[in-house]
Amino acid sequence: MTDTANPLIRIAGLSKSFGDFVAVDDIHLDIGRSELFSILGGSGCGKSTLLRMLAGFETPSAGKVEIDGIDVTHLPPYERPVNMMFQSYAVFPHMNVEKNIAYGLRKDRVGKHEIARRVDDMLELVQLGDFRQRKTDQLSGGQLQRVALARALIKRPKVLLLDEPLAALDKKLRERTQFELMNIQDELGITFVVVTHDQEEAMTLSSRIAVMNEGRFLQVGEPKEIYEYPCNRFVANFIGTINTFEGTVASVDPDGISIQCEELGSTLRAVGDYAVAVGQAVGVAVRPEKIFISRSEPEDLYDARLRGIVDDQGYLGNLSLYRVRLESGKMIQVSSQNRRRSSKRFVEWDDEIWISWQPLSAVVLVD
Amino acid sequence: MQKRSLFILSTLAFGYAFLYIPLISVVIYSFNDSNLATIWGGFSTRWYGELFRNDQILDAMFLSLRIAATAATLATVLGTMAGLLLARFGNFRGRTVFSGMITSPLVMPEVITGLSLLLLFVSLKQYFGWPDQRGFGTITIAHTTFAMAYVAVIVRSRLAAMDESLEEAAMDLGGRPFRVVFDITLPLIAPAMIAGWLLAFTLSLDDLVIASFVSGPGASTLPMYIFSKVKLGVTPDINALASIFILIVSTGLLIAWATLRKSRIR
Repeated sequence: MTDTANPLIRIAGLSKSFGDFVAVDDIHLDIGRSELFSILGGSGCGKSTLLRMLAGFETPSAGKVEIDGIDVTHLPPYERPVNMMFQSYAVFPHMNVEKNIAYGLRKDRVGKHEIARRVDDMLELVQLGDFRQRKTDQLSGGQLQRVALARALIKRPKVLLLDEPLAALDKKLRERTQFELMNIQDELGITFVVVTHDQEEAMTLSSRIAVMNEGRFLQVGEPKEIYEYPCNRFVANFIGTINTFEGTVASVDPDGISIQCEELGSTLRAVGDYAVAVGQAVGVAVRPEKIFISRSEPEDLYDARLRGIVDDQGYLGNLSLYRVRLESGKMIQVSSQNRRRSSKRFVEWDDEIWISWQPLSAVVLVD
Repeated sequence: MQKRSLFILSTLAFGYAFLYIPLISVVIYSFNDSNLATIWGGFSTRWYGELFRNDQILDAMFLSLRIAATAATLATVLGTMAGLLLARFGNFRGRTVFSGMITSPLVMPEVITGLSLLLLFVSLKQYFGWPDQRGFGTITIAHTTFAMAYVAVIVRSRLAAMDESLEEAAMDLGGRPFRVVFDITLPLIAPAMIAGWLLAFTLSLDDLVIASFVSGPGASTLPMYIFSKVKLGVTPDINALASIFILIVSTGLLIAWATLRKSRIR
């Protein structure tokens, strides 16, 4: 997927500090052509500062940024082959839709006919053809977002930066716009770099995700990789929900490892190749949807099997969520698909049940 | 509920009556036919006619308007520059100090402002031979100095409320910083600039104290003229003049308020 020999964006040792505070700390990253790359993190993790350094609004304290082989580290925003869609959309309130979209080309002194043609193309792309003369205060949030998108795309940038592109939209519109963004990206083949705090958004949109915390990348990978194989506790907890058990490595064999788990009073198996030593403290993590819930004892002896009591349950329509109190007192979360249509509950509060999961589902967290 | 709203209404009425009855009575007495300013002698507009035949008054009024227009324009240019600098050019050294200092002319007693400016002009003349005569120029400069503080405050607060990413977006799309100011910033703060200009205009038109300090022989602004005449006793034509003044000033303030309000709604 990523052409490692010839990336479009090459970020090397990029840092930014404000006084004593290090916002971005020694980031290295290559982003390939036509990628839809997301930087995911909580507020204050440095993701916006990183994006602003790519756009040219912040000067890095150290390191450099190359775009298409050209060092742009010290170029001002108006000389970079990069355009940005702002979180607030920043649509100019004193210009109509058409003028907003044409602004970038007018600054480049493109000919009148050329501008008109490309504005038409953009209006068609974002489906705003009927709104070209509209003032911005007569547009909805979704329409403003599309004006901002068209305005940023019209100069055919090598990279489009998107700062929380969907945060200001309501849920339904957000889902629809997500797919529109993906289609547009696919159609134009422009590299998108998205900054978001919304993991669902990052998961659906991206070809790759970087999870960021305290100015550093904790893990960079495809959405599936990040979700199923989180490399540490922060990533595991940040993306989705996960149950974590603390234990020590009891044995290592070619298939996987066994972990003695004090808080459960049992041994857990994890399949996979982990670089751990016997006696090392590790965490074992399991996603709620990987856990099965049953009334009778599960038969597969190889699986992890634990007894518990239903402490709480919630019906979400497509899913049911359970909080199960294990014999050891530990609470864990389980979710299951409601495949069968039924008005009756599968289990009641305080029912004694069994939970189980396959060793393949367990993730070992070293730090 | 009924009782309380009645109480509130009467308080309101009393407060506003206290504020506006003196002004209204000036306007009413400007239509007085009597030769005595304080005794009603029937309706007439003759004092307005008299007013426009009085060359001294017309000269004073013309001078005041010229000063007000010039000072307001200069104050708007300088005040906008100051407001832009304070709101948009990052956290440069001493910004807090300058931010505080820009508001001090607003609270400074006019006597002190007037006196210090007079001292400045006198010593300037002594060392540089300029201004050789105090009048239009010196009053305009004096009015510009305090009016620009008002403009700067209005412009700065407008900029503070404005999304900074608008300017960043323009730069991102290829606008050089200097162009962006003209393309984006100035059009968006135009209402604040207009309001600032009108405020500066009315402030200059109103000012008596500072103008008295920095003016020279032969240059009397309208407030100065009125004040000197009133010292010899109130004549009915002054009432007419005051009424015209009230009209000009309140129109200016009304427009200033309306432009600011309109831009805020948008």
